[in-house]
Amino acid sequence: MATHDIKLTVNGTAHEAQVESRLLLVHLLRDQLRLTGTHIGCDTTHCGACTVLLDGQPVKSCTVLAVQADGRQVSTVEGLEKDGKLHPLQEGFWEKHGLQCGYCTPGMLMTTCALLSRNKNPSEAEIREAISGNLCRCTGYVNIVKAVQYAAEKSR
Amino acid sequence: MIPASFDYHAPGSLPEALALLTKYGDEAKVLSGGQSLLPLLKLRLGQAAHLVDIGRIPGLEYIREEGGFLRLGGRTRESALERSEIIRARYPILFDTAKVIADPLVRNMATVGGNLAHGDPGNDHPATMLALGAEVVATGPKGERVIPVDQFFLGLFRTALRHDEVLTEIRIPVPPARSGGAYVKLERKVGDYATAAAAAQVTLDGKGAIEKVGLGLTNLGPTPIKPVDAEKALAGKRPDPATLADASARAAKATSPNADRRGAVDYKREMARVLMGRALKIAVERAGGR
Amino acid sequence: MQPKTSPEVGGMGHSMKRKEDPRFIRGKGNYVDDISLPGMLWMDIVRSPFAHAKIKSINVEKALKIPGVLAVITGETLAKYNLHWMPTLMSDTQMVLPTEKVMYQAQEVAAVIATSRYTAADGVDAVEVDYEPLPVVVDPFKALQPGAPVLRTDKKDKKDNRIFHWETGDKSGTEKAFAEADVTVKQDLYIPRIHVASIETCGCVADFDRVNGKLTVYMTTQAPHAIRTVFALVAGHVGLSEERIRIISPDIGGGFGGKVPVYPGYVIAVAASVVIGKPVKWIEDRMENLQADSFARDYHITAELAAKKDGTITALRMKTIADHGYTDAAANPSKFPAGLFSICTGSYDVKKAFVEVDGVYTNKPPGGIAYRCSFRVTEAVHAIERITDVLAQQLKMDPAQLRMKNFIPKEKFPYQSALGWEYDSGDYGRALQLAMDKIGYQALRKEQAEKRARGELMGIGISSFTEILGAGPSKHFDILGIKMFDSCELRVHPTGKAIARFGTKSQGQGHETTYAQIIAEELGIPASAVQVEEGDTDTAPYGLGTYASRSTPTAGAAGAIAARKVREKARKIAAHLLEVSEADLVWETGKFSVRGAPQRSKTIQECAFAAYTNNPPGMEPGLEAVDYYDPPNLTFPFGSYICVVDIDRGTGMVRIRRFVAVDDCGNIINPMIVDGQIHGGLTMGMAPALLEEISYDENGNIQGGSFMDYLVPTSMESPAWETEKTVTPSPHHPLGAKGVGESATVGAPPAIANAVVDALAHLGVKHIDIPITPERVWRILKEKGVAE
Repeated sequence: MATHDIKLTVNGTAHEAQVESRLLLVHLLRDQLRLTGTHIGCDTTHCGACTVLLDGQPVKSCTVLAVQADGRQVSTVEGLEKDGKLHPLQEGFWEKHGLQCGYCTPGMLMTTCALLSRNKNPSEAEIREAISGNLCRCTGYVNIVKAVQYAAEKSR
Repeated sequence: MIPASFDYHAPGSLPEALALLTKYGDEAKVLSGGQSLLPLLKLRLGQAAHLVDIGRIPGLEYIREEGGFLRLGGRTRESALERSEIIRARYPILFDTAKVIADPLVRNMATVGGNLAHGDPGNDHPATMLALGAEVVATGPKGERVIPVDQFFLGLFRTALRHDEVLTEIRIPVPPARSGGAYVKLERKVGDYATAAAAAQVTLDGKGAIEKVGLGLTNLGPTPIKPVDAEKALAGKRPDPATLADASARAAKATSPNADRRGAVDYKREMARVLMGRALKIAVERAGGR
Repeated sequence: MQPKTSPEVGGMGHSMKRKEDPRFIRGKGNYVDDISLPGMLWMDIVRSPFAHAKIKSINVEKALKIPGVLAVITGETLAKYNLHWMPTLMSDTQMVLPTEKVMYQAQEVAAVIATSRYTAADGVDAVEVDYEPLPVVVDPFKALQPGAPVLRTDKKDKKDNRIFHWETGDKSGTEKAFAEADVTVKQDLYIPRIHVASIETCGCVADFDRVNGKLTVYMTTQAPHAIRTVFALVAGHVGLSEERIRIISPDIGGGFGGKVPVYPGYVIAVAASVVIGKPVKWIEDRMENLQADSFARDYHITAELAAKKDGTITALRMKTIADHGYTDAAANPSKFPAGLFSICTGSYDVKKAFVEVDGVYTNKPPGGIAYRCSFRVTEAVHAIERITDVLAQQLKMDPAQLRMKNFIPKEKFPYQSALGWEYDSGDYGRALQLAMDKIGYQALRKEQAEKRARGELMGIGISSFTEILGAGPSKHFDILGIKMFDSCELRVHPTGKAIARFGTKSQGQGHETTYAQIIAEELGIPASAVQVEEGDTDTAPYGLGTYASRSTPTAGAAGAIAARKVREKARKIAAHLLEVSEADLVWETGKFSVRGAPQRSKTIQECAFAAYTNNPPGMEPGLEAVDYYDPPNLTFPFGSYICVVDIDRGTGMVRIRRFVAVDDCGNIINPMIVDGQIHGGLTMGMAPALLEEISYDENGNIQGGSFMDYLVPTSMESPAWETEKTVTPSPHHPLGAKGVGESATVGAPPAIANAVVDALAHLGVKHIDIPITPERVWRILKEKGVAE
């Protein structure tokens, strides 16, 4: 079929949507659900600005169909803050100047959120490896590493 | 970056999926991880009127050793390979390979089956599977076929998989003691396809000579390459530097690379030689050799 | 440098956390593609596969049959309103949509307007264009040869492909110096095309309100006011009047110079909105961005130095062919078609110099973007730093020693360069020495000698650059005639808080924080209480925008001066409140106190309140000021970078082992933000040195037109940069600050190139063009017989 009725949970909230088969998950999130924190930066699955968590795993939402997310859990940057309290990563990026234009930042936050849930004390090398699918043009990555290390320490 | 319209099907079982593939014939494509297929569709290269998503079918993701084989379900994610204790401890060549496929995010969706079934000589697993002497299980409406991987890759984006088949399992013979393997990839940056890459899997005998060897090369021809002449030149010999160098040179001769932005033909050929030499050295070390 | 204010006030020198971050870390930034207006339509663009071709026909029937496709706009449509061509920022002309022929691959040919993003894409696929290919010219040298096809057939009197010839310096004096020199060196260098590739591409939402006759355009632009004026000039004849045009530059995901030009997509979207009367959104995808937007670099340089045998440089000569693509759409100040390339005498006391640049048309998209380089400074610095190393090699002199010998000495500042610049201040030897100490230069040379004996390849490269920023003084600097001042409008509220609006536009540089810190420094109002706004032309004072590292030198200065004007008015109010004369008051950050009786004082907040409640008789109420700052000169930050590389003899891969960057940008507003600019600039400087390149085959097909082949560094390629500072204030800037956003992109490429050449110098290698790919290195290793 060319359109589908899907149900998915985004940041803990249940949503229903009617979508074309070809609708990319990133467009469902941004255009239909108006969660514009997830960004689009390329068209060849390279830049990672569109990174969200799909059932807890960071994926590039521009290369996932909305229909593939039917019945699943999606977490976006908007869901990191809980009851007005920033996630340690959000704090870390702020404290350590881990962002400049902010465009790659949501993707970086989601990728590193998944990293920290797997690895409570990542080394610089492990952080750089984990974010190697997220491009940044502003920061040169140095302060992003520091931000993640700050968050790891804060979380321990 | 917007795909053309298509119909999407999410069968809940393999028979359902096979029925759809039979019904739609060459208008249908299997959607596994989607990390090779969706980028093509987004650029409107490659047509698919129907996508058959096998992601809802239970029982296609597993990593287990059973009956003398390492069995990988066709939909096993690359990230699962990276994190598997079995793979890290006992199949470092597979760990090496999974780790250099695209980037960590892509690896959370990309599947081993898809990496083979796509038929792209730039994908990394084919060379490793050639080196390991793996077999692919193709499941169709009439049942399963087992295809040795060295008969699987027929041409550019063409495999032995039929339109009404799904690649459900990859079987790798459990290597005997004194075995080791390695995959070495040269890429322009992390996330790129290989400029060249080499896979080597060796088993040494009690005296330290090469009892068994399998080699593979990535992105150096229209299909992944099994350099048979190089393998023959190693069989039964001690893995000393001159022997490995000779085999590496032979491996390079088996390539027919295209010139592109990753390199000119002569550069790629030379890199095949250099990387095969490095893969062999590490494989031998891992096998307990000097 | 110790801050003068407390952390609570947050004036200069504090690494205060950025005020803009709360929205970005929550995913609540407001970028152009986040904007959705009622009734909004989508636009997508049909593009040419050919680099040069006549358009024989455009068939839109199939496209119009698609439900949801409302219109297809072509050159013919725009020609009715005389909008199919428009001026560029360099006073050349560019096509918005072609009526006769296309001149570069991916050129805009038609635009589809539809009710959804997806439908617009389907519409683009359904438009059928019939092309008749024409001969393609991609080599600028061939373009200059007699008999080459003349590309700009739209210019009736044009008989060749030369855009301009520009020269400066003392031609005969330089010739004489070369003739008399003990040693001369000459090197051809090519600096290829690259693309800014900010993670956010370009786009706009054009919204023409028919009822009020007002056009609002949300746009990814670094220079909103200039855009507004250009639209008013270009489209005035179709009823767009400057007071009824509003350009809003919201949050921008990186600019780097790429969001300065007026791209055809913006103009078409505006035209569509005006004609249809609904908002129209256009967002380019990445491949469109890489293939059709303007490019940077593409300079073919022949560099020469003349010297005495003791290494004293006596003269410099550079000749450049500048490939501008099909039109000169660069955003250079109008009197400088080659930008500030004449900074190419660099950090050295060169007595005689002569430079000439010829701009050429080719079948490529427009070049000449000031990509994080302040108008061609990357090209100039790459050339001088490379040729200096070539000279060092020729003289068998250590490259650090050669540089130290030729640096402009500290005492000579302000320094008149041989090519007409007055460098404000510098202490070059100190920066280089610091870099050498930090990296352990002597030990590295020793290690290199040992490694060489073993056949291992290791290199050390130095780049000692002088930047030229802050365009610029009205005497010489304008874009389309508009002088390159900048501005600040500062208003203090009754409760002592403030709002400050500027004519610049941050795309990540942290202006909401750094400008607040400037106001805090001058007025003592805490930076946290100063709201900074930019980017809305309805409210911000006129400015030329942010690029070429000009914000701190121009708008930052305007902020300081405006704050000082406010302070002077506050002084009068304080005198009135304290019943003393102004001369009896002493200012220390945040308050006026009576000389000799410090317990009698009034804070700036008390003065602010009084401005609305108890202002002195005869004085206007309120407490605000505007400053339009015309800088008296440019600023000249500088630095020394040292890079250590190891080369894999099997693959040719270059690995940066260490990189020390010593930067001097004068007085620092926010050290953490400055470091961030340097880290980012270093990665952006490394990229073209090792990875990035856009090229064209002989048919004008782009190579590197997607992220598959345009290699933007990831966290794995980008090293752990080490940074240090020296501080040599600018004598003419109100804050002694110089600007820093681009220094690292300028200084890094030659440090890396010099390191690789140094690694291979003992084999007789003198030069390698960037990008220094593994294959390029491998070929040299093979030729020299040292490949593994």
